[in-house]
Amino acid sequence: MRTRITRLYRFSASHRLHTARLSEDENIRLYGKCNNPFGHGHNYVLEVTAEGPVDPESGLVLRVPELDNLVRDRVLRSFEDRNINLDVPQFRQLVPTTENIAKVISDLLHEHWGIYVSGVSRLVRVHVQETDRNGFEIWVRPEAASVDIQSEREKVAV
Amino acid sequence: MFITRKAEFSASHLCRLPSLSDDENQRLFGTGANPNGHGHNYVVEVTVEGQPNPMTGMIMDLKELKQILEEEIVEPMDHRFLNHEVEPFDRIIPTTENVAAEVWRRMEQRLQNPGARLFRVRLFETPDLYVEVLRDGAGS
Repeated sequence: MRTRITRLYRFSASHRLHTARLSEDENIRLYGKCNNPFGHGHNYVLEVTAEGPVDPESGLVLRVPELDNLVRDRVLRSFEDRNINLDVPQFRQLVPTTENIAKVISDLLHEHWGIYVSGVSRLVRVHVQETDRNGFEIWVRPEAASVDIQSEREKVAV
Repeated sequence: MFITRKAEFSASHLCRLPSLSDDENQRLFGTGANPNGHGHNYVVEVTVEGQPNPMTGMIMDLKELKQILEEEIVEPMDHRFLNHEVEPFDRIIPTTENVAAEVWRRMEQRLQNPGARLFRVRLFETPDLYVEVLRDGAGS
């Protein structure tokens, strides 16, 4: 029997999908409305999943207040009510697709996990929902930084 | 193939270790350590794994799964104070993890058909927090 805990967080941000490696026309064909020069916004939903043994005394896999502090300090403070292209340094050269947002958030959480979260639980999954029709998830393997990205674009709304 | 049935129950609980100070309990459990308790609308999803029976076309009779959920989970836990009224939470803390494990234990006892095995229990304490208990070896 294995136990996982998942916590949901929300942030609102704007972005524009555009890459300097393609022409203006190619960007429009590739990204469609998401290439609008002025950008546009979403209410993102972030799910963070941890796995580990349940501590026999406390009954916890992890201390939720510690996870909340980690996500608030290292993710929400950077993304909440921001223009991701202009305000989040990781996206100066990186297109802020939800795939890349999920990867950046997963890396941030992985990097700071041990500073905030006590005990032996580990980060196993990051899911970022851009709208209620688009979700992207990353499974973090035990050996650390390698990840699987699964796209669920256009999945049926939950 | 998997089949999932959902049920809901509303209950109060508190998460607090008497051996710890107020501050330590707060750090461990957050506001859930309030000594007078608080409540949630819990949502439980139970997933059973199996192959559809060639004659009935069903993994198991959903009416039966609904009935087991009602008897084992909803009836004993709905509108109760878990710490005071539902075993084993007089002895162990009803964290989401422990409540999910208890749901797993109760459901597994009743799902003994090897063709329709309990695969996952997912328990939402709030829409923003859930715990999953999975069978060992279950995929990602």
